[in-house]
Amino acid sequence: MNSVMSHTEAPLLTVDGVRKAFAKPDGGELLVLEGVNLKLQAGQIVGLLGRSGSGKSTLLRLIAGLAEPSGGSLSFRGQPISGPAAGIAMVFQSFALFPWLTVFENVALGLEAQHMPKADIRKRSLAAIDLIGLDGFESAYPRELSGGMRQRVGFARALVVHPDVLLMDEPFSALDVLTAETLRTDFLDLWAEGRAPIKGVILVTHNIEEAVLMCDRILVFGSNPGRILSEINVTLPQPRKRLDPSFRELVERIYVEMTSRRTSDPSVHGSRTERFPGLGIGSVLPRVSSNLLSGLVETVAAPPFNGTADLPKIASDLQMEIDELFPVAETLQLMRLAELEGGDIKLTETGLAFANAGLDERKRIFARQLLTYVPLAAHIRRVLDERATHAARKSRFIDELEDFMGEDDAEQTLRAVVSLARYGEVFAYNDENAAFSLENPV
Amino acid sequence: MNRTEPFAFVRDLATRWDAIAIVVVIGILTFFAEASRGLFAPISGLTAAPLSLDPVHLPVYAARTTLRMFTALVFSLLFTFTYATWAAKSARAEKLLVPVLDILQSVPILGFLSVTVVFFMSLVPGRVLGAEFASIFVIFTSQAWNMAFSFYQSLRTVPDELCECCGSFRLSPWMRFWRLEVPFAMPALLWNMMMSMSGSWFFVVASEAIVVGHTNIALPGVGSYIALAIEQGNLHAIGWAIATMLVVILLYDQLIFRPLVVWGDRFRIDQEQGGRAPHSWALTMMQRSRIMSGLRTMFFAVVRWTSRRTPRPQVLATLARAGTGRRTDLLWFVVLCLVVGLALWRIARMLFGETSAHEALQVAGLAAITLLRVMILIALASALWVPIGIWVGLRPRATQIVQPVEQVLAAFPANLLFPAAVFGIVTWKLNPDLWLSPLMILGTQWYILFNVIAGASAMPVELRYAAQNFGVTGSLWWRKIALPGVLPYYVTGAITASGGSWNAAILAELASWRNVEVKAHGIGAYIAEATTAGDFHRIILGIATMSLFVVAINRVFWRPLYYYAERKFRLT
Repeated sequence: MNSVMSHTEAPLLTVDGVRKAFAKPDGGELLVLEGVNLKLQAGQIVGLLGRSGSGKSTLLRLIAGLAEPSGGSLSFRGQPISGPAAGIAMVFQSFALFPWLTVFENVALGLEAQHMPKADIRKRSLAAIDLIGLDGFESAYPRELSGGMRQRVGFARALVVHPDVLLMDEPFSALDVLTAETLRTDFLDLWAEGRAPIKGVILVTHNIEEAVLMCDRILVFGSNPGRILSEINVTLPQPRKRLDPSFRELVERIYVEMTSRRTSDPSVHGSRTERFPGLGIGSVLPRVSSNLLSGLVETVAAPPFNGTADLPKIASDLQMEIDELFPVAETLQLMRLAELEGGDIKLTETGLAFANAGLDERKRIFARQLLTYVPLAAHIRRVLDERATHAARKSRFIDELEDFMGEDDAEQTLRAVVSLARYGEVFAYNDENAAFSLENPV
Repeated sequence: MNRTEPFAFVRDLATRWDAIAIVVVIGILTFFAEASRGLFAPISGLTAAPLSLDPVHLPVYAARTTLRMFTALVFSLLFTFTYATWAAKSARAEKLLVPVLDILQSVPILGFLSVTVVFFMSLVPGRVLGAEFASIFVIFTSQAWNMAFSFYQSLRTVPDELCECCGSFRLSPWMRFWRLEVPFAMPALLWNMMMSMSGSWFFVVASEAIVVGHTNIALPGVGSYIALAIEQGNLHAIGWAIATMLVVILLYDQLIFRPLVVWGDRFRIDQEQGGRAPHSWALTMMQRSRIMSGLRTMFFAVVRWTSRRTPRPQVLATLARAGTGRRTDLLWFVVLCLVVGLALWRIARMLFGETSAHEALQVAGLAAITLLRVMILIALASALWVPIGIWVGLRPRATQIVQPVEQVLAAFPANLLFPAAVFGIVTWKLNPDLWLSPLMILGTQWYILFNVIAGASAMPVELRYAAQNFGVTGSLWWRKIALPGVLPYYVTGAITASGGSWNAAILAELASWRNVEVKAHGIGAYIAEATTAGDFHRIILGIATMSLFVVAINRVFWRPLYYYAERKFRLT
């Protein structure tokens, strides 16, 4: 809101060179966050924008004192954070309400933990319930409430302890579009009018428009390992209008930011094949349905796009969040069916041919692209071809993948390649005995 | 949500922790046996009040029996809250505690009877109180394990975000236990408490009137009443006892468990209101009279009061389970080695002092016979109850009628019917090896029916419509739809039935009516005979062998089958 606030004032919250790694069972470590710096000034809403796996939720938990960093330091009001701090409260994605407590009891819980006198608990809880528009629902159980009302309880529960900093972990993503919008507006009103007893907010989101709508500053996160790619100041006056040209322009700019970084950064997959010729099986593949792949190709090929589409436009047309759209677009890019540049998706010659082909021809094109540009698929196919039995165990490839990535990523990557290969009929996989083969099942 | 997975804690066939657990459990038993041997003599002074078969006394007897069962239930709860919590909170303790629990679950509880009775009686020599302890302990051993397991599993599956929420408000561990963990575990725990109560009736009959060596105990209660009736061959008295038992079951079901289950329904974490909500007239009554809400207020007042007296964590105690210090690890390992070594030494000294390798082989042979019997019986019971269960489960009206009846049948102690079988065998001069066998599964077959009905009624309606739509009928329907659909449920039921049957073998392979005794070949009869003779070496040998068989069959057969069924056929 107040973007011209003097930055000489001591920040509420400082994150300095934070690094977070998890131990892997084989003794190595999985790096999820590296070199993260962040300052939250009073009066600001800072957005952490990125896709799942970019470590933004991990950062939020570090700030909340729910986990410890592997390196770097975090401080709140000048004090190092060594556990959940009294002035920091959190709103959860899945609401995290206790189903056996009423609305009132849920809200009162945080005050009870502070051993506050009963009368004060009652007074403050009722005030918070009133503030967030829940009066009348005090004795209801969470199961009786709609999603939107449940998240209001989540907000009331966080605000009742009068925190200086409110942490929000994708608080609107489990709600339907209309409810989410109402809740956002209500929250921004509270914030703008200074009725909420908070001084600063950190909002984790993967929704670009939400970030632009709510935040004074947006930190764009990249993955593998999670790090801050860029920082964007939003100077549009509140209340912001989604249809405002400058709003659209900013959304467009973030899309460009998030896609161009991917192609220019050689460590991001899509261009890994050039980097590791012959060996590039080490990139994590997202699990994407082949229906979505052909669906997106068809949509981009058809009017009004005719082969080139603006990503924000297509995201809103298809009602897809970036978390859903990007993996599909990137898989197309990986297979050279499309190119991503400057916030646009553009079909290649092969992509256009694919769009116009019949089912059998599509499968042929798909198989060719898969074997040429997805090294893992080519590798599995080669192993199967070379063996007399034309069969191989899954564990063999999992072991190879785990040299490059964590256990879960290896499993996901293999599942992803299986799904692609099944569509292209490149090889078969039997989950029952966890084995790859060239035979088609009877 | 009401099903507890029998093997949810570990998917491996067997770990070295299992081996250690077996040793520790049998070591504890050996300890009890040894401790009780020296204290055997002074108990001769015990004379329990003479029992009467006059039905007038039955209400009093029933009251005392019920009191025993609920006392045991309270102890089971205490055990659950401590043991399971420790296992769930400490990664180090978990490694030993969980396999121990699994072994305890598989050990034939009736085997405990003999070794523990004397121990407890020796604590209070010459008093009825000692016998009460012993009886309550036997009932406790039939109730505690599944409750502890259910609680442990619940603690391990508390949703992350709720934990984080408690962490960010810095709830003290005590407050967190009562405000988050216990409520979260409540529905599954309540269900297991009900199962435990039903299951323990079987042991009430065996635990109130016991003969171990020279010790004769007959505590006033329904169990002793039945034992006396069997001894005197009084059919009328048995009829009265059965009627009393049914009334008691009905009373505590309606007055205690149903209200608790309905009340506990709000603790369910899946907030969608699927299916019809359970009803209880008793709960409605209590709520209207405000007793329940008064109790609830009182309970939470106590929780709040105690919570205020526990300090709040200042640093990161939130999500971390007990960390792994290298030195503590080493210490823990050394202590474990000592315990296991001691247990091994005790067991070996006990067994090889008095029994021979030849006898051990013989016992293994007997166990194999019992194993064969259990497997054939499970197969027969499955052939009978699976089709019936599917038929009933697919018809909601039939399910509504059958389920309550069946719950009573499951609680009904099958050993009450043993005299009738003995009577028949003696009268018609039948072969006991063949005709005593069905008794083993009499009480446990219901678990198969129970679970199959649950599975069939959980089958999605759309799947059934699809089958109808494509004209899938006859054997194709059974092979491709009905049987795979209920398989995960069936396996759960069969595992429970199999475990119960092993236990029942101790009573069923050696049964009596008046002074006629009929005996089948098997490890159950071996243990029963050793118990009557007070021969602790053979008791230990018998129990150890039976436990090994039960654990082995679980690990190589039931557990893999369970995971196969879960992975491939789980519909939801």
